[in-house]
Amino acid sequence: MNDLIVKMTTKLVLPFIQLYGIYVIIHGHLSPGGAFPGGAIFATSIVLFTIVFGLRIGQKRLPHHVSSKLETSGIFVFIVFGLTGILMGYQFLTNQEAGFPMGEWGRVFSAGFIPIITFALGIKVMSAVVTLFHTMMEEE
Amino acid sequence: MTKIFTFLMLGGLLFVLLTSITELPTFGESYAPAHNEISNHYIEQGPEDTNSPNLIGAIITDYRAFDTLGEATVLFTAIAAVVAILGVVHHKQDKGDNHE
Repeated sequence: MNDLIVKMTTKLVLPFIQLYGIYVIIHGHLSPGGAFPGGAIFATSIVLFTIVFGLRIGQKRLPHHVSSKLETSGIFVFIVFGLTGILMGYQFLTNQEAGFPMGEWGRVFSAGFIPIITFALGIKVMSAVVTLFHTMMEEE
Repeated sequence: MTKIFTFLMLGGLLFVLLTSITELPTFGESYAPAHNEISNHYIEQGPEDTNSPNLIGAIITDYRAFDTLGEATVLFTAIAAVVAILGVVHHKQDKGDNHE
């Protein structure tokens, strides 16, 4: 898409979409939202970038090998934090009893492993949507 | 013969499923098995158990975290299937002209 107005508007809007996506992911245990909507919002920014600037530049920003590693590491972090529950002598994915710091009510750094898992899942959802989009764009 | 057998099997399954619908509790009834003490437990003990103001987030990432892990696996499998079917072009670019 070779339109100056569209390119400039995308460049202006892109950081705000990404900031909002990260905000929704990080405040997943405090406000409505969470990993799945936040990851989808973040992925829309990269999808918009790829639509406007073309597949080649878009894939340079987030290549296949990076997004596949992001996706695998997201689920890996989830499972590792679940296994800490077993290591501490409780069930898989135990939160408070396994000794995760609970923190102060309503803060970003609170509620044990919930923010960590939300962040990992958000990154996973983001890379999944981007991988889907890039693979389908390649096909054309 | 095979078609008649399949028809009979599916028809029997349909009969069993349709007759079991009448045994289901009516929607919104207070004694339905879905309305047990677990929802009360989540609402009353959730903030103390998880220290998270967002109760839905607490349920899906703490009480039902294993279910969320399954959801993430479903997503992973979907991506793997799409890349396996559509990702042929991408592999050709990687390995030069190594195609059949």
